[in-house]
Amino acid sequence: MRAMQQSETQGAAPAPLLDVRDLRVTFDTPHGLVRAVGGVSWTLSPGETLGIIGESGSGKSVGLEAIMGLIKTPPGHVSGQVMFDRRDVLTMPERDRRQLRGEKIAMIFQDAMSALNPSLTVGTQIAEVYRLRRKCSHADAERKAIELMDRVKIPSAKTRIGNYPHEFSGGMCQRVMIATALALNPQILIADEPTTALDVTVQRQIMTLLAELQREDGMALVLITHDLGLVAETVDRAMVMYAGRLVESAPVSALFEVPSHPYTRGLIRSMPRIDGASGKLHAIGGTPPAAGRMPKGCAFHPRCEMRVERCGIERPNLRPVGKNRAAACHLAEEIPHV
Amino acid sequence: MPYLLRRFIQSFILLFFLISFVFVVGRIIGDPALIMLGTSASETALDQLRENLGLNQPIWQQYLVFLSDLTQGDFGVSFRYGFSMMPSDALRSEGTPVLPIVLSRLPATFMLAGTSLVFAFSLAVVLGCLAAMHPRSWIDNLVNVISLASVSLVQFWLGLILIIIFSVHMGILPTGGFGTWQHLILPALTLAARPLGRISQVVRSAMLDELSKPYISAARAKGVPEWRVVFVHALKNASIPIVTITGDELSQLLTGAMLVETVFAWPGVGLLLIDSLGRRDLPMVQAGICVVAALVIFVNLAVDFAYTVLNPRIQMDNRGGRA
Ligand SMILES: Nc1ncnc2c1ncn2[C@@H]1O[C@H](COP(=O)(O)OP(=O)(O)OP(=O)(O)O)[C@@H](O)[C@H]1O
Ligand code: SF4
Ligand SMILES: [Mg+2]
Repeated sequence: MRAMQQSETQGAAPAPLLDVRDLRVTFDTPHGLVRAVGGVSWTLSPGETLGIIGESGSGKSVGLEAIMGLIKTPPGHVSGQVMFDRRDVLTMPERDRRQLRGEKIAMIFQDAMSALNPSLTVGTQIAEVYRLRRKCSHADAERKAIELMDRVKIPSAKTRIGNYPHEFSGGMCQRVMIATALALNPQILIADEPTTALDVTVQRQIMTLLAELQREDGMALVLITHDLGLVAETVDRAMVMYAGRLVESAPVSALFEVPSHPYTRGLIRSMPRIDGASGKLHAIGGTPPAAGRMPKGCAFHPRCEMRVERCGIERPNLRPVGKNRAAACHLAEEIPHV
Repeated sequence: MPYLLRRFIQSFILLFFLISFVFVVGRIIGDPALIMLGTSASETALDQLRENLGLNQPIWQQYLVFLSDLTQGDFGVSFRYGFSMMPSDALRSEGTPVLPIVLSRLPATFMLAGTSLVFAFSLAVVLGCLAAMHPRSWIDNLVNVISLASVSLVQFWLGLILIIIFSVHMGILPTGGFGTWQHLILPALTLAARPLGRISQVVRSAMLDELSKPYISAARAKGVPEWRVVFVHALKNASIPIVTITGDELSQLLTGAMLVETVFAWPGVGLLLIDSLGRRDLPMVQAGICVVAALVIFVNLAVDFAYTVLNPRIQMDNRGGRA
């Protein structure tokens, strides 16, 4: 009976690779407790590409850094559950967790140049964990580094392996970062605004590369970005964060067609269109609340065009609003098209 | 002009001025012949010595002779060192050359300074790193206290306190002297205190700086073990300020050794200098000061050299700016 149930649920959707439940992150600061992430839950399926969008300070990076175990505690405090391979990542011993990093989950960062150690050669950095974990010789590690540099299409890998990060362009640094992340064949790659610091053509090359690597390895990708165009093009499912909470989660096509949250609608309407069809940009008025001072009720209500009286009193929970999607808005079903 | 060549010439000029200063002081404090032979010497002996030393010639000529003697390693002879009695009436035709005596004392000074440096440096790096890894923890506070105390403590007092504790009360270490490793411990500890405090403070702040940089998070994210994150990734980038302060402390260490040697009767150049001062042994004092000064200047030069190797940008800046 139980087995049947399980196979049934598995038939409906593949078992999630990563299951994040009620993740909360707070920081103790001299100005009081800052709630950076206030209870988010989401899942990631094998091979899926998940996009996370939201304004600056909405808790996108902190949430994923918490999953990676990169939040310094104290002053930070992380609670909730992050299930990977039937184990809670947050409570496992530091040793196991470090084993997970790089091996199962890897992360790349916005500014690749400063995310690379300036005084180690790129070859050393790319093969560093490979050499440590696989206990291989320097020669093997070097071969691995060259292979990885070839994979991320860094030209003349053999000669550039001994170069330092400052001898590479920003785009090439990001390729080095990606090679570093791929060294142990992780199942999940978290990319925190991997292209924000790059110019447009290089952005495109990096995204093409990531998509290609994903196809080859069947790796799941979590992509944090401000670039809604990028989300529309590359992502399967998108999550929208506002003030440390998830406000909407939906398949990307559905999200852009009919958003279920006024904030998502505002984001999409403020997107510059390449075809120039809309003519006018609709920036969302006001600013997000400071992490220390959350408004009562819906956190978005001071800026919301659709707010009703209830919004200032009662906080909307994230609830299902149609197939595979959820939104946290009292009026989710009534949001007009963009 | 290349940076190092410029520094070399500067050092040379500095040394030249120091030597000249030593000469001038030697002539100002009184009649060198009288100082060297003592008040009991007869007038004939004094005249004889003045003749030998060329003290009857004009001062600028004496100065030139002094310099040319130095270039041949001739710092003069001592009539005090190794003589149990003052050479009174009959002038001894041959004194003891001072330079070999000064040089023979160098190994003891080097042993003391070297031990202190190695001890202070390695402990400071470990303590500074630990403090930076756990800011505001007990270990951080401890490192802070150690560095504050060791920088403000007067070496002389620290030496005496250590003697009282370990030699007088506990009786486990000798109060002074030379010979076994036990003799080395207290003077080395006394001398190490200051560099330990200074270096650990610099290690701490440089490491705090590095550990907050993005490449550290990235290294952790890819699964690098924490010891490697700290002692390979961060420490490598923090090495320039650490080497700089260590170099600064090295010349302090050499001069500090002079004092510590007298506290512990450690037979190095410092003790020789103090003894020679007491004996009014002018040539020995002159030679001692010149050798120590040359050493300090040489050490500074060596540190500069190490610094340019570690930080290739210095060389390039100067090449670009002054070529
Ligand atoms: N160490 C910290 N101490 C205190 N507050 C912090 C700390 N780190 C992050 N925060 C706060 O957590 C909140 C979320 O930050 P986060 O970096 O996740 O935003 P983000 O969504 O990634 O923004 P961006 O798009 O600019 O990268 C911010 O309000 C930030 O001020
Ligand atoms: S709950 Fe109310 S205030 Fe919040 S987004 Fe929906 S309509 Fe706007
Ligand atoms: Mg961010």
